[in-house]
Amino acid sequence: MRERDVPQEGNVTLAGHRKAVYAVADDGRVRLVASRGWEVEEIVTRQAIDDLERLAREAHGRAVAGLTSPLEVHMYRARMDLALLSQSTGLWRWRIRRHFRPQVFAHLSPALRQRYADALGLSLEALGRID
Amino acid sequence: MPPFAHQHASHCESGVMASLLRHHGLPMSEAMAFGLASAVFFAYLPFMRINGLPLIAYRIAPRGIIKRLHGELGLGMRFEKFASPREGTPRLDELLDAGHLVGLQTSVFWLPYFPPDLRFHFNAHNLLVYGREGDEYLVSDPVAETVVRCARADLEKARFAKGMLAPKGLLYYATGKPSAPDWAKLGKRALARAAATMLRTPIPFVGVRGIGLLAWQVGRLPDSDHSRMYVGNIVRMQEEIGTGGAGFRFLYASFLQELAELTGHKPLEGLAARLVEVGDRWREFALAAARMIRGRDPFDGRALGARLHDLAADEKKFFGELDAAQRAWAC
Repeated sequence: MRERDVPQEGNVTLAGHRKAVYAVADDGRVRLVASRGWEVEEIVTRQAIDDLERLAREAHGRAVAGLTSPLEVHMYRARMDLALLSQSTGLWRWRIRRHFRPQVFAHLSPALRQRYADALGLSLEALGRID
Repeated sequence: MPPFAHQHASHCESGVMASLLRHHGLPMSEAMAFGLASAVFFAYLPFMRINGLPLIAYRIAPRGIIKRLHGELGLGMRFEKFASPREGTPRLDELLDAGHLVGLQTSVFWLPYFPPDLRFHFNAHNLLVYGREGDEYLVSDPVAETVVRCARADLEKARFAKGMLAPKGLLYYATGKPSAPDWAKLGKRALARAAATMLRTPIPFVGVRGIGLLAWQVGRLPDSDHSRMYVGNIVRMQEEIGTGGAGFRFLYASFLQELAELTGHKPLEGLAARLVEVGDRWREFALAAARMIRGRDPFDGRALGARLHDLAADEKKFFGELDAAQRAWAC
């Protein structure tokens, strides 16, 4: 890649930041150039984010219909899956899956709620509601 | 000790080590740190899945660069892990107050200064802390253009995130003063190690054989959403996550040029130019894949597989020549 070919396409995923890439300058030396992004990177990053957002949206729909608890929604919003939430809280997966049932979630002990809130980076109050 | 000077880099680990070495008086570019650690790599690990997609790596395992440079340059690095922030935070404060430049392993997801779209649960992100003010740490994150600040609570969450490659509060700092090494001897050894890994690792997932295996796998992907996620994941590992472009190939080419200049070993110049060409082929692969993901071109797994197949051949040839140049280098 030549220095003048370094993409400066203003990716939204970089949020105004510039990333360092390496390219060949006119004197033939490979050196660091700050880039505003390449559309290719934006496409693949948005693809991954869109997939996570779809999971959160679907869980939200189920939560509104009373089929799952807010916990599942917050798990996907925090870009986690069951495996990672299990590792982050130290709880068995089947236990977390049980807490996805709204009636079980409603009667969780304060200690367990705190554990989920910490792992997800939420306040206790935010854990209990979806908006 | 002079005041700390931040430098922008493409990759966190090589950037951290270059800054750390410079701070301790040994001039070092990111490319040099990357190359001397033989960090150029390829692995396709179908049995390690993240969100259902296989792990693809274009560089050696996390912490490999730190460990190899520590071994080669006599940095006297100390590594410390902690069970909880209760022990980890006071120790960090203590080291900073004593004037140390401290490296940390963190999770990208919990770092608030990162662009929101890039905050994934990746646990092996390296950064340097060069001081603190009240409840804020002064952070030099190599992939950021300038220094940043990070609140204590956020940094604690980032240091003690759980999951794959959990950092466990890891911090590291240098106690020795690195002396200028014999660049030719060190360089030759680094080239030999990189070529051996890429050409002769006796498992089919690593090196040029790994690229071949991935080519075969991509070649049989049907036209489906999962296939688009699958190739999107490859491109993300190659371009998005701070590789300097083309999965670290341009960065390694920069190292070859610098080593040639430093030691006067001319054949490395030609090899650098060759590797830039190979890197351009990787970028073309990424572009073709992105067009299919976006639906501008119909999905064609066989065409993408064929590109990867050619790349495997290109890299086999390149690393073969690198190996020959390294053997012919009398030093």
